[in-house]
Amino acid sequence: MTRLFLLALLLAGAARAQDPELEKRVSALSHELRCLVCQNQTIAESNAPLAVDLRNQVREQLAAGRSEQDVIEFLVARYGDFVLYRPPFKAATLFLWIGPFLFLILGSLVLYRRVRRRPEPPALSPAERERAAKLLE
Amino acid sequence: MRRTLWIAFFFVALVALLAAGLTLNPREVPSPLVGKPAPHFELPLLHTPDKTFSQKDMLGRVWVLNVWASWCPPCLIEHPVITELSKSIPVVGLNYKDAREDALPWLKRNGDPYQLTVYDADGRIGIDYGVYGVPETYVIDRKGVIRYKHIGPVSPEAAQRKIRPLLEELGK
Repeated sequence: MTRLFLLALLLAGAARAQDPELEKRVSALSHELRCLVCQNQTIAESNAPLAVDLRNQVREQLAAGRSEQDVIEFLVARYGDFVLYRPPFKAATLFLWIGPFLFLILGSLVLYRRVRRRPEPPALSPAERERAAKLLE
Repeated sequence: MRRTLWIAFFFVALVALLAAGLTLNPREVPSPLVGKPAPHFELPLLHTPDKTFSQKDMLGRVWVLNVWASWCPPCLIEHPVITELSKSIPVVGLNYKDAREDALPWLKRNGDPYQLTVYDADGRIGIDYGVYGVPETYVIDRKGVIRYKHIGPVSPEAAQRKIRPLLEELGK
């Protein structure tokens, strides 16, 4: 059993070494796809069985000559936009994308108003000025 | 005074937002498959590998597809619920990434509620159905369209509140 496993590993390694160009594409694309089992990992990072299956799926489809876009569409049709680590820009995700900028603008406005409203420091009388000048000497 | 009111308002709004977020289940990802025709498959049966079954064989009937595996503890939890459902609706099992020698004894041990079970050894059909957390349960209507997808074990409440009314509506 162990021997069989090692052989399989070796063969997988050999197959991988055969086409470094393909592996690079598989890896790049896998880093863009979410593993649905451990949702904060990409399928490139995760070792969940589903992630392994999906990586194989990606490799197989790219090897068969499909484009990155084809593979992404294949997976989105099955798992939804959630499979994309970078959510698409559309009506449902509008707030997700522009929300942070809205908060930034809102925060700047509040800050600006507060700073402007801060009372001027009281003007010094000539006597006080003199005293300050002395102290600073 | 007005400022205090504003701050209180923002605080309450923030709490409400976070509270709403806490009630959401991140595992429940809306499936793009609901409302679409059930993906095609033609798989060997678990019990009799020389026979195959396709989702097309169920056209004209309302049915339930239940994805399960012997290695999946939550499948055991929902098993009584699926068994209960199977008394009023045909339930087809999809044995997912399992071994026959494990799956068959599992059915023998726990009872077999399935009209039949298809065998998806490498999980390929699972990917077509967007399976990521076994068990998963699909309600498919007469036209072969997926009407509902449940991820994770079906609780008695979910069966009562969601699946039963839907079956009723579809006129099983």
